[in-house]
Amino acid sequence: MSRKTLIPIGPYHPLQEEPELFKLYCDGEIVRDIKWETGYNHRGIEKLSESKSYDQVFFLVERICGICSTSHPFAFANAVEEIVGVEITDRTKYIRSVIGELERIHSHLLWVGLAGHFLGYNTVFMWAWKYREPILDLFEMITGNRNSYAMFKVGGVRRDIEKSKIPAIRREMGVIRKKLDLLTGAVMDDPVIHARTKGVGILTRQDIIDYAAVGPTARASGVDIDVRRDDPYAAYPLVNWKVITAGAGDVFAKAEVRLLEMYESASIIEQCLDALEKLEEGNIALKINEIPAGIGTGRAEAPRGEVFHFVVSDGSNSPARHKIRAPSYTNIATFKKSCIGQTIADATISLAAVDPCYCCTERMAAAYDSSSGEKILNANELIEISMKRTKELRKSEAGHE
Amino acid sequence: MGFKDYCFRKSLWVFHFGGASCNNCDIEILDCLTPRHDLERFGILLVGSIRHADVLLVNGSINRRDRDRLLELYRQAPKPILVVAIGACGCTGGIFAEGNTFAGPVDKIIPVDAYIPGCPPKPEAIIAGIVKLAGKK
Amino acid sequence: MDTEAAINKLTGKFIDEIAEVTLQKGKRAIVTIRPTALLTLSEYLFKSEGFRFIIASAMHTRRGFEIYYHFSLDADGIILSLHVILDKEKPHIESLSNMFSASNWIEREMHELFGIDFLHHPNQEKLLSEGNWAEGVYPYRKEFK
Repeated sequence: MSRKTLIPIGPYHPLQEEPELFKLYCDGEIVRDIKWETGYNHRGIEKLSESKSYDQVFFLVERICGICSTSHPFAFANAVEEIVGVEITDRTKYIRSVIGELERIHSHLLWVGLAGHFLGYNTVFMWAWKYREPILDLFEMITGNRNSYAMFKVGGVRRDIEKSKIPAIRREMGVIRKKLDLLTGAVMDDPVIHARTKGVGILTRQDIIDYAAVGPTARASGVDIDVRRDDPYAAYPLVNWKVITAGAGDVFAKAEVRLLEMYESASIIEQCLDALEKLEEGNIALKINEIPAGIGTGRAEAPRGEVFHFVVSDGSNSPARHKIRAPSYTNIATFKKSCIGQTIADATISLAAVDPCYCCTERMAAAYDSSSGEKILNANELIEISMKRTKELRKSEAGHE
Repeated sequence: MGFKDYCFRKSLWVFHFGGASCNNCDIEILDCLTPRHDLERFGILLVGSIRHADVLLVNGSINRRDRDRLLELYRQAPKPILVVAIGACGCTGGIFAEGNTFAGPVDKIIPVDAYIPGCPPKPEAIIAGIVKLAGKK
Repeated sequence: MDTEAAINKLTGKFIDEIAEVTLQKGKRAIVTIRPTALLTLSEYLFKSEGFRFIIASAMHTRRGFEIYYHFSLDADGIILSLHVILDKEKPHIESLSNMFSASNWIEREMHELFGIDFLHHPNQEKLLSEGNWAEGVYPYRKEFK
């Protein structure tokens, strides 16, 4: 049969600054081609940045992506500090790393939950999001807001982590470890999750290099890159931790990398807290009066991969050019490799594995009908297909026992 | 009881539209559904199609490309429908109001019944907003 | 390999193509090259030296259209930016997308934002602008007095 079914996924993906419409061209159950359209979320941030002062740009870049609202200011701060040529104080470094790692935990938990939802495990979704709440409470305690923390500025941070707050964070790290054990156990030991994710959406090493994918997506395919180690910044060279990699490149490997990374993050946070306890309070920002002319490149490892900021300063109050590359920009393009040849039920989780979009779950519904009269399935139907498959697998699994 | 009151008397089903947002609001809306806040105990359910919805939640600044989609969604919505603008961007355009693709805050495009400001509004604020809206009739 | 060694290796091999080398603090370097040499140098960095393409940043200045192609050597944390200056009137340069897919989107984006033409690009379609701004309008171009 030559007639192809078009399945739109999107256009409203809230998660990244690159929400797109994915068009899956299917022949029966099999995805034959995938096309994407972007521009639904274009806000002209790079252009806006040229009209704002360096202090204001932090608030702007924070709002590129709500989930990684520390990663972008992190990279921007690295870039501007490179132009100025200052070395921030040790206390600032530790505080920055604590915030960065807390964010990694909350972002990965969010992903685990949504991946669970995509597979039809709504319990995992609810649990993971429940465990995420105390992390957001910590953010609220430290910075005053659950998201968009407004923590960074050139040469330092805006708020200190006082000694009185450290026990609460430490306690929460202990609690989150236990919850992680539970979640990891639930994911790693479940035969149905194995069946749904192993060998699905495989990205080979060569694909990763070709698409220059970064972060957990790359590390799950055995490409051992992590900006925190390769191009050290903040407190990462001062603490002990390891980069998690896996070799299989499938959805399961990506889940594994993310789950294990959360343990590393908890350990980094604890070590940073040890150091913060020894250092004196205060002294969290350097006074910087002027940004000289120059070029700065800043990188930071966001939960999804490397964030890259390129800042050209002409010595004035605002950047002359500010180029931003978020990790999903390269990661999303790998869909062309991971989805083609998969069944529709597997395509959903393959798309989600890169961690591009979660909230589309409830509203991928096609707002627009395609004029060609091609059959359109909406998001819920898609997820239903995926859930049905899990149910069937569960049944057959039960039959074996 | 008028017709409009009758329509919104029982469980409110909401449809969520995220424009050009940073998706903090999107995440906080989803967060309302998870165990800590659990909006579903009030009968509030997030639905996948606008045709089933009583409430349209809009967040994010709306760029020119989103504008037509939002209008189309509003046209498809069963009337009467309540429209809620969520977050600084939904209410005013926020930090993106000066952007070169900005097409106006939500209330310039479709009529809005309630505003929930904040960047992002806390889940408690979103719940408070929806409860107020339901009480307003 | 430190930054200087990497630069020396590059200049030793392509001395005719390189106009200027700026070493920055840390592990950053900017190498200004002739636009015609972009393909050769990128191929050398990507295929022989194992550099990863990060992104390209275009900007509009008085000199014309400038593009920085950022490459990263992850083992050593080096960022090497190949810098080209293009013609003011009809900016064009060879596309890198036939070598690696990573540059596909960014070249389309630069085409829309700045109006730079990428020769032999597999599909230089619209990426962001559809519905957002009209064709032939390049919002990131500047006006110089």
